[in-house]
Amino acid sequence: MQFMLLFSRQGKLRLQKWYVPLSDKERKKISRDLVQTILARKPKMCSFLEWRDLKIVYKRYASLYFCCAVEDQDNELITLEIIHRYVELLDKYFGSVCELDIIFNFEKAYFILDEFLLGGEAQETSKKNVLKAIEQADLLIGCIFFTYLLEKSCKLFIHYKTAADLLSVKQM
Amino acid sequence: MPAVSKGDGMRGLAVFISDIRNCKSKEAEIKRINKELANIRSKFKGDKALDGYSKKKYVCKLLFIFLLGHDIDFGHMEAVNLLSSNKYTEKQIGYLFISVLVNSNSELIRLINNAIKNDLSSRNPTFMCLALHCIANVGSREMAEAFASEIPRILVAGDTMDSVKQSAALCLLRLYKTSPDLVLMGEWTSRVVHLLNDQHMGVVTAAISLITCLSQKNPDEFKTCVSLAVSRLSRIVSSASTDLQDYTYYFVPAPWLSCKLLRLLQCYPPPEDGAVKGRLVECLETILNKAQEPPKSKKVQHSNAKNAILFEAISLIIHYDSEPNLLVRACNQLGQFLQHRETNLRYLALESMCTLASSEFSHEAVKTHIETVINALKTERDVSVRQRAADLLYAMCDRSNAKQIVAEMLSYLETADYSIREEMVLKVAILAEKYAVDYSWYVDTILNLIRIAGDYVSEEVWYRVIQIVINRDDVQGYAAKTVFEALQAPACHENMVKVGGYILGEFGNLIAGDPRSSPLVQFNLLHSKFHLCSVPTRALLLSAYIKFINLFPETKATIQEVLRCDSQIRNSDVELQQRAVEYLKLSSIASTDVLATVLEEMPPFPERESSILAKLKKKKGPGAVSVTELEDSKREGGELNGGGDRGPDTSAMSASNAVSRHSVTSNLSYVFQSTPSPSADLLGIRSSAPAGTAPASAGNLLVDVFSEAGPAAPSAAVNDDGFLSSAPPSEDPAPPLSEADELLNKFVCKNNGVLFENQLLQIGIKSEYRQNLGRMYLFYGNKTSVQFASFTTSVSCPGELQSHILSLNVQTKQVEPLVEGGAQIQQVLNIECLTDFSDAPLLNIKFRYGGALQNLTLKLPVTINKFFQPTEMSSHDFFQRWKQLSQPQQEAQKIFKANHSMDTEVLKAKLLGLGTALLDNVDPNPENYVCAGVIQTKGQQVGCLLRLEPNAQAQMYRLTLRCSKDSVSRRLCELLAEQF
Repeated sequence: MQFMLLFSRQGKLRLQKWYVPLSDKERKKISRDLVQTILARKPKMCSFLEWRDLKIVYKRYASLYFCCAVEDQDNELITLEIIHRYVELLDKYFGSVCELDIIFNFEKAYFILDEFLLGGEAQETSKKNVLKAIEQADLLIGCIFFTYLLEKSCKLFIHYKTAADLLSVKQM
Repeated sequence: MPAVSKGDGMRGLAVFISDIRNCKSKEAEIKRINKELANIRSKFKGDKALDGYSKKKYVCKLLFIFLLGHDIDFGHMEAVNLLSSNKYTEKQIGYLFISVLVNSNSELIRLINNAIKNDLSSRNPTFMCLALHCIANVGSREMAEAFASEIPRILVAGDTMDSVKQSAALCLLRLYKTSPDLVLMGEWTSRVVHLLNDQHMGVVTAAISLITCLSQKNPDEFKTCVSLAVSRLSRIVSSASTDLQDYTYYFVPAPWLSCKLLRLLQCYPPPEDGAVKGRLVECLETILNKAQEPPKSKKVQHSNAKNAILFEAISLIIHYDSEPNLLVRACNQLGQFLQHRETNLRYLALESMCTLASSEFSHEAVKTHIETVINALKTERDVSVRQRAADLLYAMCDRSNAKQIVAEMLSYLETADYSIREEMVLKVAILAEKYAVDYSWYVDTILNLIRIAGDYVSEEVWYRVIQIVINRDDVQGYAAKTVFEALQAPACHENMVKVGGYILGEFGNLIAGDPRSSPLVQFNLLHSKFHLCSVPTRALLLSAYIKFINLFPETKATIQEVLRCDSQIRNSDVELQQRAVEYLKLSSIASTDVLATVLEEMPPFPERESSILAKLKKKKGPGAVSVTELEDSKREGGELNGGGDRGPDTSAMSASNAVSRHSVTSNLSYVFQSTPSPSADLLGIRSSAPAGTAPASAGNLLVDVFSEAGPAAPSAAVNDDGFLSSAPPSEDPAPPLSEADELLNKFVCKNNGVLFENQLLQIGIKSEYRQNLGRMYLFYGNKTSVQFASFTTSVSCPGELQSHILSLNVQTKQVEPLVEGGAQIQQVLNIECLTDFSDAPLLNIKFRYGGALQNLTLKLPVTINKFFQPTEMSSHDFFQRWKQLSQPQQEAQKIFKANHSMDTEVLKAKLLGLGTALLDNVDPNPENYVCAGVIQTKGQQVGCLLRLEPNAQAQMYRLTLRCSKDSVSRRLCELLAEQF
């Protein structure tokens, strides 16, 4: 896999992971072009497209698009399930994940991704094992209930403000 | 699960993020960010030492700002400080910052590497994993230098935790991809391969990506992985859906690992060990069988995972291309998917079938789905699926269904998406040409193409139709009639005017008998379009007009009137003005004879590969064109029409042509034209860029014209096809000696030696070749004591002469006419290979010995293999190409009895003498020889693969050649069969 992008229906990048060396400028251009291309596609279209010399595999979950660029010999369907497994991991970790979880806990989203995919290849496909690794790390510092509450209330506040954004992760 | 993990939440960060989200405008956001940056800067610079938590929080904020798309130029040092923290989350954030904001500051890199080193040696598996993730995410050269030797050790050490092994494997993969020279597996190789046997499925999943990548680069060192992979795969495939616990995904056992195992096997040819192969075939059959079973779940994830394995298995079956039964089953399976309700599956089935279509075993099976595919082209709602359908139609096209497919593609073009029109046009043009049985169908198709999608018809396409019409006299009348009719449409595309102008200018006479298309009607029709056209088209039309004056003298007055009017003769475009002036003058002063010579019908174009194919290749990446064809055009170097980048291809084409064949025409026009401009000129008026011969010889042609009548020059024109050499009043060359072929065969694998000897004369030869050029020294020795008088030699290229294709360009200097007794004279031949050829050039020698004329014709030992460039390639590459050259006509095979010693060294010397690279360790049987090379001709490159299988017991050989061009395969096979 060459890179993975998460972006919203409004075209805002929520997560970007690059597995090939590219300059900042190239990355921005690629994300811009690709987000535009994918947002222009209709819902029932197929999840794969040829884009430059790459194969793009994407899927929409609620308000978020997950998009992977893989090489020519890579398998499209299994990439689609890589996306799904990542969504499952996020869902399990955050408990019914929504776009806001990924915005406010972007670093967690990166950590989970690193446990699952490394260098663009699947490192561990067992859901249990990935979450075990992440939770072990969480336990290392102990749970501070106070900050959790604060954050949750903050999240609820925003939840109220931008209710339109909020669709829990149910596949389209 | 509740949100357990929020334990380390950073309140300040959450507040900042929601602030940003609440910003109403971009300006407000930037203001808020600048405020935060100022705050963080002051905190970092402040006197008070920050605690770990604050540092983490600020670094995280910086990261967030960066990911929003803003530049961050500080904070690296604080992030590096976090790396040495004992708190996991602080370390984690530090590593994340470093991975995302890679910095090239060398001091910083030293500090980072130090921190990584500490964590790697900490023996704390979570810290080790963090460090490995960082290396894998950054993957820089500096990191490779620092850690490439350490990581393999971690990977294979017995006491390494599984999770660390997984990270280490993929970390190593990343370093190998960026700096392969620094990652040396050496002693670790076999232990890495044996990770395929690891108990832990996660370790196998991670390790197999590394092994696949390494196998692609060093297939031999890793080939033991094949049997391990097969047995692992077989265990997974035969396991029940619950056996693998958490590695079962929606009732499919280990789908990721299965796909990767199947992909790994695609790096190798089919296993030689019968048992392993049997087991693998069983696995593949099981996978195909499972596709027919009812699904265990209605979830799309279940079917996706199952079908991912199926498609990967089909790729492997196609890769092997040796099991007709499996290939046909695969094709049937894909056939079912073609009508599946899932768009994704239809898309993939179309894509996969494209490769199946190029296998001889499944081509027919693919063809049975033609109606479904045509239907997909018409009804699919997604353009990317329609594109796949068009690709597949292109791949499955052959002589039997070409008319149907071309017709469907044409009708689709009327409504096709703009994004794929140009490619569709190219494909239609290629198919129409490739499978044209009658050329009137071809002409109709191309004219339709211009009518329907004129804007997308590139220069190459209409150049090509003209080349073909010129070269085939059976279609010229039809073409003239059709184009005349097409031009009568009230609005016709400029490309149609170009084709029309050219064809009527050449062949308008063929339809002039009909009063409805009398010369004047034709002219008026063309001229009615003139004012709507661009300058290059107008220039072409002016040339057509002057051709009309020659074809139909009755139009002369009208046309001269047109040329004389101010809008032509004083046109502001210098090219048009010059043409008008020159043509007017030419038509008024030249006699009909001169006019007829100058404006003679164009000679046939040299037969070239279609440039359209190269264009299609250039336009589309792999997958669009069937693999073999893609390879072909790749080898041909994209230079089919003599230089891919040369703009007005035709001027080069016609010029080269005119130079080599119709010297007079082009010479006269050479005199005419003083200001070559880059606009296209199909009429060959300009010979500014002769492609066939070097510029120097274009200059020489002036001399040739005038020397035509004189007796001195004739043999200087040996490179010609006889246009000039018909002049010399001398005896015809003798037919080649009966032993000429035998003499020729002696020189296939060597370049120097004695070519011929009799009582009078000895001819020695020394030659050297580079790319498509060669130089040959001929030494003529007079063995007698008497002088040879009137000693002349000439070289001609037979065979091709009749078809007017010049494949070799041989230039000689004439030798001294007197050879003293006992003396030796030398002659140098410069040889240029223009296209591939089968017949050797003939060397004719005439001299008088004691009054008697000696007339001797030999075959010059110039064979196609002389233009080989050796190509070194790995076994993997070799087999991949071998497979790609799988069309039956690309292969030539001969089984023959050994005529010479079967000694290994002798054989090797011969094969090396052939000019190819002799590849070691490619063929699984060490007794066999495989070679690879590229034949360089001026116009194209032909890739050739050779396999020679000796059978010492039977004293027999089997010789197999696969070349990207079928004529080359056949010729090489003939030549080589005589050598061993």
